[in-house]
Amino acid sequence: MIEFAFPWLSLAVVAPLVAAVLLLRRPLPERVRQISLVASGVSFLAASAAWIEMLAQGANSAADRWDLGSLAGSAPLLSIDALSAPLLPLVALLFVLTVLATLRRKLQTFASVGLLLSEGILLATFACRQPWLIIVLLALGTIPPWIELKLNQKPLRIFTLHMSVFVALLVAGQTLLGFNSHSVLAVGLLMAAVLVRSGIAPVHAWLPDLFHNASFGTALLFVTPMVGAYATMRLVLPIAPEWVLRGITLLSVLTAVYAAGMALVQIKARRMFSYLFLSHSSLVFVGLETATTIGLTGALCAWVAIALSMTGFGITLRSIEARMGRIRLDAFLGLYEHIPRLAVLFLITGLAAIGFPGTAGFVGGELLVEGAVQIYPLMGVAVVVVAALNGIAVLRAYFRIFTGAHRPITVDLRLRPPERVAVLALIFLMIGGGLYPQPAVMQLYNAASNLVNQRAAYFGVPVPAPALDPHHHGMITPSVPCPPFSQEASPPAPGQQALVRS
Amino acid sequence: MSQDSLTTILGLTAVGAPAALLAVVGLTALLGRPLGERLTARLTQVAVSIGLAASIGILSVMLLTGSRNIVIDLGNWVALDQQHFHLHVKFIFDRLSVPFAILSFVLIGTIGAFAKHYLHREAGFQRFFLLYAVFLFGMIVASVAGTIETLFFGWELVGLSSALLVAYFHQRTGPVVNGQRVWSIYRIADAAFLIAAVTLHHNTGEGDFGVLMGSGAWPEGLAALSSDQALIVGLLLLAAAAGKSGLIPFSGWLPRAMEGPTPSSAVFYGALSVHLGAFLLLRVSPILDLSIILSGCVVALGLATAVFAVIAARVKSDVKSSLAFASLTQVGIITAEIGLGFRYLALVHIIGHACLRTLQLVRSPTLLQDYRALENAIGGHLSLEADPLLRGLPDVWRERLYRFGLERGYFDALINGGIVAPFVGFFRWCNRQELRWAEILSGLPPDAAAPSATGATEQERERELVAESHR
Repeated sequence: MIEFAFPWLSLAVVAPLVAAVLLLRRPLPERVRQISLVASGVSFLAASAAWIEMLAQGANSAADRWDLGSLAGSAPLLSIDALSAPLLPLVALLFVLTVLATLRRKLQTFASVGLLLSEGILLATFACRQPWLIIVLLALGTIPPWIELKLNQKPLRIFTLHMSVFVALLVAGQTLLGFNSHSVLAVGLLMAAVLVRSGIAPVHAWLPDLFHNASFGTALLFVTPMVGAYATMRLVLPIAPEWVLRGITLLSVLTAVYAAGMALVQIKARRMFSYLFLSHSSLVFVGLETATTIGLTGALCAWVAIALSMTGFGITLRSIEARMGRIRLDAFLGLYEHIPRLAVLFLITGLAAIGFPGTAGFVGGELLVEGAVQIYPLMGVAVVVVAALNGIAVLRAYFRIFTGAHRPITVDLRLRPPERVAVLALIFLMIGGGLYPQPAVMQLYNAASNLVNQRAAYFGVPVPAPALDPHHHGMITPSVPCPPFSQEASPPAPGQQALVRS
Repeated sequence: MSQDSLTTILGLTAVGAPAALLAVVGLTALLGRPLGERLTARLTQVAVSIGLAASIGILSVMLLTGSRNIVIDLGNWVALDQQHFHLHVKFIFDRLSVPFAILSFVLIGTIGAFAKHYLHREAGFQRFFLLYAVFLFGMIVASVAGTIETLFFGWELVGLSSALLVAYFHQRTGPVVNGQRVWSIYRIADAAFLIAAVTLHHNTGEGDFGVLMGSGAWPEGLAALSSDQALIVGLLLLAAAAGKSGLIPFSGWLPRAMEGPTPSSAVFYGALSVHLGAFLLLRVSPILDLSIILSGCVVALGLATAVFAVIAARVKSDVKSSLAFASLTQVGIITAEIGLGFRYLALVHIIGHACLRTLQLVRSPTLLQDYRALENAIGGHLSLEADPLLRGLPDVWRERLYRFGLERGYFDALINGGIVAPFVGFFRWCNRQELRWAEILSGLPPDAAAPSATGATEQERERELVAESHR
């Protein structure tokens, strides 16, 4: 592990927290937006600098030199590795672009405080590798949306219930694990906790409820970074037995299909968005729980692509809401002639979300199918069906919102420059990542390999070798199935040893 | 300059010209600086001309050197060497792809020149040419694709631009509903295509057409699959082709696609898009030789589509729908030809039919004038007598056939009633249960009962939506 010359990680985490404290002094409304933007921007730059410095030094992990944990003689509190290094700037970017796309009159002081607190907590979560600290941060992360719901006098019970169960399961699971490091019950509890947080059916009721009751920005940023997936990778995946993962894979794929179907019949745009997101995030879980290097790489690629595209899709939907109020999909609104560029941006972000060829999601989808087919061939079919259904849902929403009617409107509905910049930045990232995906894929592949090695070390089995078919292309499956972590796993091939050591 | 370098430059130019057009038109639109009508049309003309010249150049090289299979391998787009995972970008120029690419350039270029005047000062001029650029790029990539992923890339671009062009007149509900319908069918076809690809990969570990085409140049390759594998993969690809080409039972989208502007109807649904399914079958034709059952299915589906389309075309009262079903008749016959092993005949049939149908569709707005000119020329009225094929049939059968044609073979009703309604009904039921569950958890009154802006409750709106989906 290397040490950064400058405390990038601390800066990334502290900047939004300090800004939140500043906002508590009730500055003028114009200053609220400025402070929020500067803090999110600083956070993004610091997170990016950390990633770049780690890459430049060729290290596997890195921490701040003056980290409190290190100074106290224990493991650093904040550190990054191949997994969290790209996720940290990603999360910071989602926040900065969401703030940027928020109209000035919509950015209330309390909402901004909650948003910045959420950002600080979330970045700390993603920069943390110690289980108990992650659990505390995950629990803290549920508080800002809860406070917003409370302050706005919105129904709280569904969110409170699910998040309480989530935190209770986490604490119980980790406590049990402290007594017995191989406790299946403990793994089960931790797994159940992340399933609740990720909204995997049947414990997903909080997700459409949150989108219905909270502000769109809060709900969006509570779900799109997919902190549940991060918790899975840190807390569960390294220690979960294979049969647990297989069961969860099945549950995730069923959720993906179910949510895709539900997205198609929704008549409220927010509910449609929540199910669309659920369907996509469940696919990430399908890849994660294959626990094969290729499946994990696919899941991580899909994770990044979905976070970017669904945030872009959400921001465009929110921009429409900011002009028209809550959107219903049971009538044609015909907004294209008034906001044609928003229509185009909506369509592109929506298509990127379904992994349309040429966008970043396509490669992730390919790798995901590849990983899923290795476990159950039918799983790959299900992933394809989900993509098809989600594609229909996206275009249905586009047609309902932007076409089908002539709507005379006299006020100017066009996008404001900051909104345009925010969505365009996301689109260029998605298309850029789609046209030149190799560097990102390799980075995430390294993270996946590390995780596979961790599991192998925990279960005391050799790292499985990939199928040695020299002609594999695209969505492939080894001709001889190779169960990754069962005792029957084949010994590593000679060429694979180098990979394990690296 | 060596022959390899020349063909590589020509091949990349053929693909690069439409890509550049799309990049320029797309980026300027995305950045809010759309090009003027004249510049858009000129750029389109230049891109199509360059692409066409490059394609003809490759054809010339192939004819002069006797080369039948030129492969341009751009290497790996994504590679995980340790996992032996590669996404290859490869283009193949052979006796199938080169004629198809040239046909695409010629027809799309012609329609570009036509649309420049036809859509002059239309509000959607830029939108049309943006979708036109997407379609052109998609068609060329699909035509010369050397791997399944590359073909899928082009296939998806064609599908998206087609659906959005159907909904071109998007201030009316009809075209939009039809566009949605076309997109839904295309997504089903895409899913079948991808599942075929997954199955192929699962069985063989290969992603390029090497497995499907074997070592030989098209169409003489021998696929490296067993008979059973060929049957499964082939049936899935047949389903994908049926969706894309409007073969039964997916034929309902073709007349709906005629809601778009005449130039797009002419080149996209009358000429190129509708033949893409047949092109796919031609591209993977070596696997048809491996399974007599598969070949039989292809022939049967083609002939059944042709018979159905002949009946449907005779009862349509508008010229574009009649032409759509006339197109479908020919596509059905082409499909049967592919199943019977007449690959070159099918390719020639596609080229001839696409050119003829483009001309007919482009002339369709002036049909009455053409009829008048014809009647003036022959000095009398055109015959209105019953079709000689149907003249000998009893009245009851003629009536049944009329209804069959009028209802488009009941295939839309079958899909609506057999698939869409149960699917939507099931998820609406789930949605109601979820709302109830949320009501129990939150202890609040159900949100579902809240009236909408139009005064209708959720349930009432749902009923309306079901009725709409049946339409």
